Amino acid sequence: MLGECRRTRHIAAMPEPAIDVADLSKRYPTAIAVDRISFAVARGTTTALLGGNGAGKTTTLSILLGLLLPSAGRVRVLGEDMLRHRYRVLPRMNFSSPFVDLPHRLTVRQNLLVYARLYGLPYRRERIAGLAADLQIEALLDRPAGKLSAGQKTRVALAKALLNEPELLLLDEPTASLDPDTGDWVRGYLEAWRTRTGATILMASHNMAEVERLCSQVLMMKAGRIVDRGSPQSLIDRYGRADLEEVFLHIVRQPVLEPEVVR
Amino acid sequence: MNRNTANRTPHDHAATRAAGDDRFSVGRVWAMLLRYLYLLRSSWPRTVELLYWPTLQMLIWGFMSQFLYAHSNYVYRAFGVLLAAVMLWDVLFRGQLGLSISFLEEMWARNLGHLFVTPLRPYEWVASLLAMSFMRVLIGVGPAALLAIVLYHYSIFTLGLPLAAFFAVLLIMGWSLGLAICGLILRHGMGAESLAWLAVFTLSPVSAVYYPVSILPGWLQHVAWALPSTYVFEGMRAVLFQHVFRASYLVTAGGLDLLWLAAGASLFFLAFRDARQRGALLQMGE
Repeated sequence: MLGECRRTRHIAAMPEPAIDVADLSKRYPTAIAVDRISFAVARGTTTALLGGNGAGKTTTLSILLGLLLPSAGRVRVLGEDMLRHRYRVLPRMNFSSPFVDLPHRLTVRQNLLVYARLYGLPYRRERIAGLAADLQIEALLDRPAGKLSAGQKTRVALAKALLNEPELLLLDEPTASLDPDTGDWVRGYLEAWRTRTGATILMASHNMAEVERLCSQVLMMKAGRIVDRGSPQSLIDRYGRADLEEVFLHIVRQPVLEPEVVR
Repeated sequence: MNRNTANRTPHDHAATRAAGDDRFSVGRVWAMLLRYLYLLRSSWPRTVELLYWPTLQMLIWGFMSQFLYAHSNYVYRAFGVLLAAVMLWDVLFRGQLGLSISFLEEMWARNLGHLFVTPLRPYEWVASLLAMSFMRVLIGVGPAALLAIVLYHYSIFTLGLPLAAFFAVLLIMGWSLGLAICGLILRHGMGAESLAWLAVFTLSPVSAVYYPVSILPGWLQHVAWALPSTYVFEGMRAVLFQHVFRASYLVTAGGLDLLWLAAGASLFFLAFRDARQRGALLQMGE
């Protein structure tokens, strides 16, 4: 009896994963975008969704963000059922993608003020000033968002994504189309930010060096399924390759034969 | 380390959790309204465009009224009948267009993917679109009404309290149409964009804006009486010609407005849910 109580207390003390997905599917009339995937992302970690184009990464991110309704499965984010209570979760998470620009004709400051209000934040101007200093975008605040370079847009998008100090940050190819120097700066910033805040990051990426540097877990997707998973080093060891890029190429070039092998 | 980005206070947590409450938030509606006001402020041609057509219409119909006043018994009986009609018609048109344009701004900017990962509810977005539509109507029609006083010594405000009722009925009908059009754009993509400019004009001939509904063929009169706008323009002529306010017209128009608004809002929210099913929120745009 005592043992039972101790075990219950132990389970209760274990933090629920930041993301807990079970048997998630998204079917369209002519295609299956995501096919019965299950995974969990522990709090305070950085996880990568890897896969070729059309593997189901963006579909998975969209479902986690509540932008897309799944056909089947369960999605729990930050301890809440995302399908039933997404408005409890959305204030605690955020999203950034270089493929979804902020409105071009508003200045950076106006954009950030609008989003700060949407998140109901107090001390909006101070918070924006603080983020602008952190992300080195102070000189950009009064420029239209559409007039920025790719690197500047990425930093501004990050400022928007960090406005509400999210517990969970979803990133879609955070360093796509950036020069190596800016890409490195963004990776360093994200690394430091996650360490400082203890937040969780789930990112879709095609940059294997970035994934090796930032992520403790990798979910390999192909044709809507998770075909393998593990830490970057464990995947490299398992496939006997020199780096994650070679593992990636090996996996995407294999025909899809079997569902996921859970290791 | 900066306080704003690193150390969350209990107050901050309370604020973000409050954003997750299942409550309508005036703050989020104001945030969206602010976005549209920033847009309007950033482009003076857009503001001028708001004033341009109502003013031009009023000038054309004002001079036409002056001419017909001497040649037509219809206008002679009430000089302002055409001017009041053109300004009230603009309330309907601007009400619909104002809502649709603000909606289209999000499409053109491909911004739905950003907006709907925030705690913004679709109905709060709709509330901001309605508020912006109201402001656009005031900006567009207000100066034209004042100019009519200066140029033609005709004040639409002489309609008195019925004017407020007519305004409300037409604005709500414009919102209903606007929501339905936005729903169709959400469902069918930007190919349906031109509906925002064209759809309302299909109702113009049957709304009996410039002539009595009795002019229409019998079968078309049934269609006309299904439109809230027809009651407004008939009611307007009753005030101007017979100096009576027909409350029954207003009650019927209000009831029809509710039906139209329910239909428009239903279409919009169904299309929004369908867009979430199809994953269109992240892709929607030019």
